Amino acid sequence: MATPSPVLLSVENLEVNFGAVRALKGISLDVHAGEVVALVGANGAGKSTTLRTISGLSRPRGGKIIFDGKPIGGIAPSRIVSLGIAQSPEGRRLFGGLTVADNLRLGACTRTDKEAVVRDSERMFMLFPILKQRLKQLAGTLSGGEQQQLALARALMAAPRLLLLDEPSLGVAPLLVRHIFSALAELKRQGMTMLLVEQNITLALDLADRAYVLRTGQVALSGRSAELRDSERVAQAYLGAAT
Amino acid sequence: MTQLDYILQQIVNAVSLGSLYALVAVGLSIVFGVLKLTNFAHGDVMMVGAFGVALLVGIGVPFPVAVICGIAAAAVAGFLIERIAYRPIRDAPDVARLLTSLAVTYIIENVGILVFTSSPRNFPLPDILNTSWEMSNGAITFTSINLLTIALTFVSLLLLGWFITRTTTGLGMRAAAEDMSAAHLVGLNVNRLIIVAFIVASAYAGLAGILWAAQAGVVQPQMGFTPLLKAFVAAIIGGFGSIAGALVGGYILGALEIFIVAFLPSSVSSYRDAIVFAVLIAFLLVRPGGLLQPNREIKL
Repeated sequence: MATPSPVLLSVENLEVNFGAVRALKGISLDVHAGEVVALVGANGAGKSTTLRTISGLSRPRGGKIIFDGKPIGGIAPSRIVSLGIAQSPEGRRLFGGLTVADNLRLGACTRTDKEAVVRDSERMFMLFPILKQRLKQLAGTLSGGEQQQLALARALMAAPRLLLLDEPSLGVAPLLVRHIFSALAELKRQGMTMLLVEQNITLALDLADRAYVLRTGQVALSGRSAELRDSERVAQAYLGAAT
Repeated sequence: MTQLDYILQQIVNAVSLGSLYALVAVGLSIVFGVLKLTNFAHGDVMMVGAFGVALLVGIGVPFPVAVICGIAAAAVAGFLIERIAYRPIRDAPDVARLLTSLAVTYIIENVGILVFTSSPRNFPLPDILNTSWEMSNGAITFTSINLLTIALTFVSLLLLGWFITRTTTGLGMRAAAEDMSAAHLVGLNVNRLIIVAFIVASAYAGLAGILWAAQAGVVQPQMGFTPLLKAFVAAIIGGFGSIAGALVGGYILGALEIFIVAFLPSSVSSYRDAIVFAVLIAFLLVRPGGLLQPNREIKL
């Protein structure tokens, strides 16, 4: 980045256990305001766990999560959303029995600024026009790509200052993947700060300014996307090969 | 009495009984939705509502005021049950939670017996609700309490429909019932939703208890057991956890029970409950997720 912007999210030495299994073994990463940072790595590397812990769904066993200068490790998920972190989770996790409109409404449930919420839903329809046609439809009846757009829109309705994205391309037809990533690029142009988990490393590095490569619960490698794109070690970390 | 009048009479009876089952089942489903817990104490909350009315009318409180207080007492009882018994074990294994739910039932019923004895006492229904109405020259009769049951159920279910489709809290309750982690992720205050769910469900149980006692004419500490069991069946038929399903299941069960007695010979109809449960078992084999939740298995 040309001008250094302040650190919005800082994760320091984060440790998370699932029962006896250590899922995260001391991960540290920073996300600056306006930046898009990708977390890449093989399955089970701890990418989703990192996002879940930042959102408050998993409790950290050790380490710190600092958002906008305040420690948020272990506080209630609803308070984390109120502070400005929204997540579009892996597998979309929409409320399938509720309409598209109601899913969007619940996305904004922490907000009290009604007029701004209306303005934001108009913005969502600009970004994802298909949602406007589907408003009265049950979310469960949408196609995979439409569901992913709704999941993104639902997260954005919280008016987050940091958007966590977990596998936005998973289960989405290739043509729609391109559409979704161009929407994400548009959000980036508008200045949205994002932390992106994505299996498709080409897509991830094209969108992100920087990336961290995770391997078995640790940061194996980090750097600017352009540098990582050509690095042999990224491929090695992906395949889980020893470095 | 013509055949048609007889059928009409039975339909009135079925709608009236189905309304009661629906009122109870809806509450069971609301709580199951957000907690994945079968709240057996739901029947005892009915008892709290009915006893509240009986005691208040006994000391001279006007009946309508007593009904409102009875519903409020039931709501408070539900709130306290959640706070004292269920919240500390919210993350415990399912078996522990189910046993806790049963334990709460026994504790409330036994305290009731200790205070009020187990012998039934008269439920003071005002005369105006005890009068019978006749149609077709006496071929069809129904009491005012029958009509009141149907009317109150209708109004309160409309209110519930509005609540769960139009308010953020109501939508949030349905969202949490579908996917708890997603509810957390959009920022819903799940703790608050659970409290609201218990209060709403218990208020409906209170109303159901009052109407049940009014139809039976008596109150008794263990009066909640039978309606709870029936509502449980109704909720499962409709699809446990689905509020619309509980409603549908309640009316189906009410109709089933009334029609078995009305249209089958007495040698068969005396096995009414056995038939109802046989239907339930057959139903679960074909459609384990209930009517409104096809292909989804119920986990209690």
